[in-house]
Amino acid sequence: MPFSDANLRLARDIIARYPQKKSAMLPLLHLAQDQDGWLTPAAMEEVARLLDLTPAQVLGTASFYTIFKREPVGKLVVSVCTNVSCLVNGGPDLLTGLRHRYAADGDVLVEEVECIAHCDHAPAYQVNYEFHGPSTADEASDLVERYKSGRFTARTLSGTPVAAVAWHASGEPGPDGGEPS
Amino acid sequence: MAAEERLLVSKFLRDRPDDSWSFSVAREHNDAYGSLEKAFSMTPEQIVEEVITSGLRGKGGAGFGTGQKWSFLPKAVFPRYLAVNGDEGEPCTFKDHMLVERDPHQLIEGIVITSYAIQAHHAFVYLRGEFALGAERLGQAIADAYANGFLGRDILGSGFDLEVVLHRGAGCYIAGDETGLLSSLEGERAMPRIKPPFPAVQGLYAAPTIVNNVETLSTVPHIVRNGGAWHAEMGVNRSKGTRIFSVSGHVVRPGNYEVELGATFRELIYGIAGGIPDGRALKFFIPGGASAPWLVEEHLDAPLDMDYVQSDLKTMLGSGAIMVFDETVDPLLVAWRLAKFFAHESCGKCTPCREGSGWLEKILYRMAHGYGRAEDLDLILSFGNNVAPGLSWPPGMTTICQLGPSIMSAPVSLKRFWYDEIVERMRKDTERRAALEVIPA
Repeated sequence: MPFSDANLRLARDIIARYPQKKSAMLPLLHLAQDQDGWLTPAAMEEVARLLDLTPAQVLGTASFYTIFKREPVGKLVVSVCTNVSCLVNGGPDLLTGLRHRYAADGDVLVEEVECIAHCDHAPAYQVNYEFHGPSTADEASDLVERYKSGRFTARTLSGTPVAAVAWHASGEPGPDGGEPS
Repeated sequence: MAAEERLLVSKFLRDRPDDSWSFSVAREHNDAYGSLEKAFSMTPEQIVEEVITSGLRGKGGAGFGTGQKWSFLPKAVFPRYLAVNGDEGEPCTFKDHMLVERDPHQLIEGIVITSYAIQAHHAFVYLRGEFALGAERLGQAIADAYANGFLGRDILGSGFDLEVVLHRGAGCYIAGDETGLLSSLEGERAMPRIKPPFPAVQGLYAAPTIVNNVETLSTVPHIVRNGGAWHAEMGVNRSKGTRIFSVSGHVVRPGNYEVELGATFRELIYGIAGGIPDGRALKFFIPGGASAPWLVEEHLDAPLDMDYVQSDLKTMLGSGAIMVFDETVDPLLVAWRLAKFFAHESCGKCTPCREGSGWLEKILYRMAHGYGRAEDLDLILSFGNNVAPGLSWPPGMTTICQLGPSIMSAPVSLKRFWYDEIVERMRKDTERRAALEVIPA
């Protein structure tokens, strides 16, 4: 989707932080994913317009990075690490357990990821980029359910706190007096 | 096992585990930004000199002299940039994760001093995309620093201006390579660039750019505060000061431990981290991240000395990630998983790495899962010699960045410690498959 008016203003502020426009690529793609829950073709086309690039250049960059989802993935992304410290501490079982549990659930995407730098909590995983672990598959499922039911507030699919998104949409300055970053 | 933790960079976040990241707490209890006045009373050249005297070396992986790197900037070429490498992606490294989340003001203080020393007025913190809480806290910390006059125009009346931009990555290991980071910061795929020109000469937007790791910059305020000579007294030989080691895998107390360089692997793994659970024996350990060749029991008493580990043990302290594996672990499985990591993260720019990492992953998969062939290990080492010529350490290069030769660290270690054992196991697997009349993979 195209940016909302509030996000368009924020996008222009972000672009102004950089000596060259193109550097705003990743931040704008994060902003688009915050807004829509995934990276829509329309959003990538708008980012291209804002940065004086072609949509192909934006897609070329976006498709390189794993956090950007180029199709709808539901509301929660559960990223399970199976790199070596998690490998020897139950990561693969955690991944398999969660995959079975959420195979038919369109709201939850369970993905295998590379090391997320939380190895002292192996097996480690993230729910919308919030760190968790160590957990069994059952414990992790309980936690995911708490996010699903709204008892825990999940970040956006780009990892931004929802409060920051809300401040901006309201047009009010954030609590620190500046823009939410 | 006499060595203890020597807390310098990680002291404050240990003292105040719940709120060390907050501006008021860091100001009140850790004298955050307290070294800026002293820094601004010095000339930029004096700070560079002090850091050279300190013997500080990059703590991100390469271990290059920090002050030397700064002194490579071409004279009188402006603008210059500082890029902070917080893309921590080396498997089992989690120190920058901790430093950014729990002591962001120490990092910002280091950024201000370093920017002043290299005369840059624009700094970018490239933070790994997955560090959502880190981004939130560092973003707040930067806002607080601006609001209190520690960033922005005319900092503390010094006449020095600095803009700091927090830039979130989006999930990509190779953005942790300094030139890959610059590509990513310019809005491109994070593909590394051929050196020379080095970033200090032509980096971000082809301007002189210094790329330093989060832990390195977090150390700088301590050096300014206490002097380079003070820092140089700690450590051993040319490995000065302290480093944070991320110990994980099969240890009783996995975690980040800051120790004075010169302690031994045994003191770190068996002393501070509590050793292997349930008294099981050590099979092997990886001393410096996924890219480092492996070590075994006989190397436990070697010192944490970057140069000794490189020259005598033929591996590296790298990013400070120490992964410990007990006797129940199959080295082939770990080697396969690391190969899978590299195959996933290879950016695809250089053929030896792009193709080699995929081949390696496929062959190690079959070896680790009962479908190996007796000649497989030799096959890997044969084509691996085209990725990391010589198969020695430091490795030869056929690729632009270090990811290429790094894929061979695990296979070289398999050969070094278990060659006969693996060939025999592959031969038996082949026989077993034949007996079962299973079609070989």
